[in-house]
Amino acid sequence: MKGLWSLIVGLKVTGKEFCRPWITVHYPRQEVTNLDTFRGHIDLVPVLDDPEKPLCIVCRRCEEVCPSSCIRIEGHVPGEEKEAPVRQLLLVSNIMLPHSAAREPICATDKTLRVLDGFSLNYNLCSLCGLCVQSCPVSSLTFSSDVYLAGASRKDFEFDLLQRLRDRAGSTKLKKAA
Amino acid sequence: MLPLVHLIVALIAILTFIALNGLILVYVERKVAGFIQRRPGPFEVGPHGLLQPLADALKLVGKQLVMPRGADRILFWVAPLLSFAPVAICLLPIPFGPHLLGLDVNLGLLLVLAFSGLNVLALCLAGWGSNNKYALLGAARAVAQSVAYEIPLLLSVLCVAFTCGSLSFVDITASQTRGLLSWNVFSQPLAFLIFFVSALAETNRAPFDLPEAESELTAGFHTEYSGMGFGLFFLAEYSYMIVVSAVASVLFLGGWSGPFFSGHWWMLGKIYTLILIMMWFRWTYPRVRFDQLLNICWKWLIPLSLINLLGTALIINLVR
Repeated sequence: MKGLWSLIVGLKVTGKEFCRPWITVHYPRQEVTNLDTFRGHIDLVPVLDDPEKPLCIVCRRCEEVCPSSCIRIEGHVPGEEKEAPVRQLLLVSNIMLPHSAAREPICATDKTLRVLDGFSLNYNLCSLCGLCVQSCPVSSLTFSSDVYLAGASRKDFEFDLLQRLRDRAGSTKLKKAA
Repeated sequence: MLPLVHLIVALIAILTFIALNGLILVYVERKVAGFIQRRPGPFEVGPHGLLQPLADALKLVGKQLVMPRGADRILFWVAPLLSFAPVAICLLPIPFGPHLLGLDVNLGLLLVLAFSGLNVLALCLAGWGSNNKYALLGAARAVAQSVAYEIPLLLSVLCVAFTCGSLSFVDITASQTRGLLSWNVFSQPLAFLIFFVSALAETNRAPFDLPEAESELTAGFHTEYSGMGFGLFFLAEYSYMIVVSAVASVLFLGGWSGPFFSGHWWMLGKIYTLILIMMWFRWTYPRVRFDQLLNICWKWLIPLSLINLLGTALIINLVR
């Protein structure tokens, strides 16, 4: 008899649930209110004084640790020539670049100043594991809340993070001016 | 001549009714499932997802008809047709309104029960004709389920036949027109429950949907069917739901009669209420294991329905 009564109780539960409002956030008619808790693709963090200059010291730890080889970094030591064979940004998905001494992660005691020329993220491959954010010694990488992404080709998900930083700096300047 | 015309018109009306219901019920099922799970259900295709069933139908019709190698060509393609064909005949003797009757036979009940048994044969053919051992096992289990639950179905229906003294749907409806309390559900509540549970098992529905669940997990009798073959099985399932709800409404809930303003709207209301309750059951109860399924039938439903039948026979003999 208890079993039979539990059947009725079950029906009451689902009956009540039928009348309750949706839990689904019905995008695009509704949007999530707590976007800060979402993990989007990574973005560069600027230094405090200059919103266009990233904290990045071009140590290449993130490039090395990324399990999907999403990150490509271009940098140079001021005064030295930029590395010859790789001038422009290379965004080759799934092809490992040939081993080059210039792209090795920097030793921890190396105090050479390096300047970031380009930071590209191939978001097609990124698994949002966070190893890059975790391994950055100066916390130059952070997760953005840029989650409403839709594109028609792979190119739409190949981000130039240095350019994004500069765009954000530019728009902040515009906001401040206004 | 006139009876033939009447029959043809009734058949066309019933086929239209079935087709429309197929569309509507698919939509309602998905919406009800969504709301019970606190999500919207189909929403994008058409306003509030109203055109979703059309899109589904177009998809099913447009798919390639694939037959596995070594499958028995005739049996394979006859199975879905055999599953769907008896539905029209099953709906003919059921009175939808005081003047809405396709075929006035005095053995209407027997007709419906006989033709709905053809569904079991369709399952057999589908499982055997697929040349797939998993489909065959799935079909064997589905057939065992259907055959087992035929017995309590028949016994509970017999109780109603005893009280009304006729197997004709028209007579049974007529015996329930004397007000709300003359409905058979008040004089035979146990028979109604047994009928409803057996009907759920017969249509492979709700907690007894082992044949379909198997096709999600390992295999079931309709594994090898894609496109329209599957579409026909699917449509047949919803149509049998209507048949079974219509029979339950006529036998136990008074058919087209109501306490006020009797008519076909009462019949439709009862059919759809029963179908909604079937959907409610589906999204409430977990699936019954095969041995539990047969145990419920053999240990509970059959003895209960036999006792009910004996009790009914006894009371009728004492009263008369």
